[in-house]
Amino acid sequence: MSLQIGRKIRKPDSFLTESAGDRALDVIIWILVVFAVLVTAYPFLYVVAISFSDGTAVARGEVWLLPRGFTTETYGMVTGYAQLWTSYLNTAFYTVAGTAANIVFTCLAAYPLSRKRFFLRRKLNFFVVFTMYFSGGMIPTYMVVTGLGLYNSRLAMILPVLLSTYNMMICRSAMESVPEDLFENASLEGASDWYMMLHIAVPLIKPTLAVLTLYYAVARYNDFFSGMLYLGKAELQPLQMFLRRVLLSSSAEVLQAAGTAAADAAARNTLKIRYVCIVLAAVPIFCITPFVQKYLVTGTMLGAVKG
Amino acid sequence: MSGPVNAIQPGRKSLRQLITRDHQLMLMFLPVFLFYIIFCYLPMVGLAMAFEDFKMGSGFTGVFSSPWVGLRWFEQFFSSVFAWRLIRNTFLLSFYSLVFGFPIPIIFAICITQLRARRFAKAAQVVTYLPYFISTVVVVGMMTNFLSPSGGIINQAIKAFGGKAINFMGMPSWFRKLYVISGSWQSFGFNAIIFVAAIMGIDPALYEAMRVDGASRWQQIIHLILPMISDTVILLLIMTLGNLLNVGFEKVYLMYSPAVYETGDVIATYVYRQGIENKNFGYASAVGLFYSAVGFLFVISSNALSRKVTGSSLW
Repeated sequence: MSLQIGRKIRKPDSFLTESAGDRALDVIIWILVVFAVLVTAYPFLYVVAISFSDGTAVARGEVWLLPRGFTTETYGMVTGYAQLWTSYLNTAFYTVAGTAANIVFTCLAAYPLSRKRFFLRRKLNFFVVFTMYFSGGMIPTYMVVTGLGLYNSRLAMILPVLLSTYNMMICRSAMESVPEDLFENASLEGASDWYMMLHIAVPLIKPTLAVLTLYYAVARYNDFFSGMLYLGKAELQPLQMFLRRVLLSSSAEVLQAAGTAAADAAARNTLKIRYVCIVLAAVPIFCITPFVQKYLVTGTMLGAVKG
Repeated sequence: MSGPVNAIQPGRKSLRQLITRDHQLMLMFLPVFLFYIIFCYLPMVGLAMAFEDFKMGSGFTGVFSSPWVGLRWFEQFFSSVFAWRLIRNTFLLSFYSLVFGFPIPIIFAICITQLRARRFAKAAQVVTYLPYFISTVVVVGMMTNFLSPSGGIINQAIKAFGGKAINFMGMPSWFRKLYVISGSWQSFGFNAIIFVAAIMGIDPALYEAMRVDGASRWQQIIHLILPMISDTVILLLIMTLGNLLNVGFEKVYLMYSPAVYETGDVIATYVYRQGIENKNFGYASAVGLFYSAVGFLFVISSNALSRKVTGSSLW
């Protein structure tokens, strides 16, 4: 970015008015930031408070920030649902296996496309980028995936989303920024492309790969649509589908989904069951995300700067 | 891919030599190539369904054997009462999301960087970007339960102040507002990251120079920060424009119900209902093709615009 300050700034009339203006601005900024933090954090705090509160206090609407009549009873109830654990384990598998496959395929695509001498580079770049311009859309994709026999298969959660072109381009431009000398020297000493990818390109772009791993893992963990399209069997379904049933259907259905012989007491607990499920679903995300925080700027910057 | 003809020139390597030299790179790319062929290009071939009377049960190969019906599905769509409503809803949801969603991260980024309490600023940034990583199911689930007429906190508050409970999620007049507000709530912190980085990249000497000249902090924001981040702002704005019609299908699908189709039903959800639920594959593909084609135009134009304005296109 080039610096352009051609404009002369008008001098303030007096030192006092200027500092008063600055103080007012400070106050406004504080108010805006505190408001932003409250608006973001409050819904989660409220959900946590409800999840730990006594049922009658919740029903009377007494809970708004801190738990009333602290109890972990609902957690005990929810963690007793077999379907919760099945879907949790499914999601763990889809997330770990899916993210690993994502990273491998992203590197396999990004490395050749980042090598300037590769004679197919321009053609393959176009081949890849065209898919960002135009897609067959939902229905033909659905026909292809089911046509391959992937309906009700765990692979349906992994294969159709092996690679995100956008993420791959972030990875490619990171690899392009590795100094060419390193590859040339290694090449002169007889290193193969496989060796150079694994021992030069990949280690040098670790921060970018960390961010991409986060993006991919979050996308796999949050994926609801693939499951809805391709997984009819309950024992294969991911956590997000379980959550949808619990969070967005009526009380009776919630208890049915939870697979419990519904008692009156349980019916009153629908709201609490929902909020407990939100907490259980959000905890892994809130635990993992801060770890890659220091790399986050790298990843987002690369995404916005020319690929 | 067949070999490039123009690669064989006097003084350059022959195709055979190029393949020998780059065979490892080609081998590396092969699995990726297969992925794109199967899951991206094969569906494009499948779009032929849009012009066919596609029979259920023939599988994907039915694309090559179904009877041709020309533009029948397109005529059926554009003459239906839904066409205009779907196009309008899709466009308005995206448009409002852009108008209200785009400036907030910029304002927030400026505020964050102007805070003298650096620790609090850092913490505020982390707290505000976390919702970006929460799933759509959870966000819509929280919103639905908060807004519920029976026991939702918002309606409890309305009743406490003597108002009448509002069935927010069941009213067409609320759909767009809720979609835009919740979308902005979820992403403003994350979208601010890039602007914060851009502002932090400004040379501190420039602030100092302005201060010596007697500029107030408000003037620093207007005459230093805004011009310095304008490149980033324009680039992101153009990118957003390119994806303008990519309404979050998942979110609309989770939020809407027949009661709010009037404002909530978008092209993607209509395609889903027609194709996956009603098995009208030909018709749904035709509507989907129309949607893809319009999206294509948007991306192409935004890239052309980007090349013109910033001198660099996305690809």
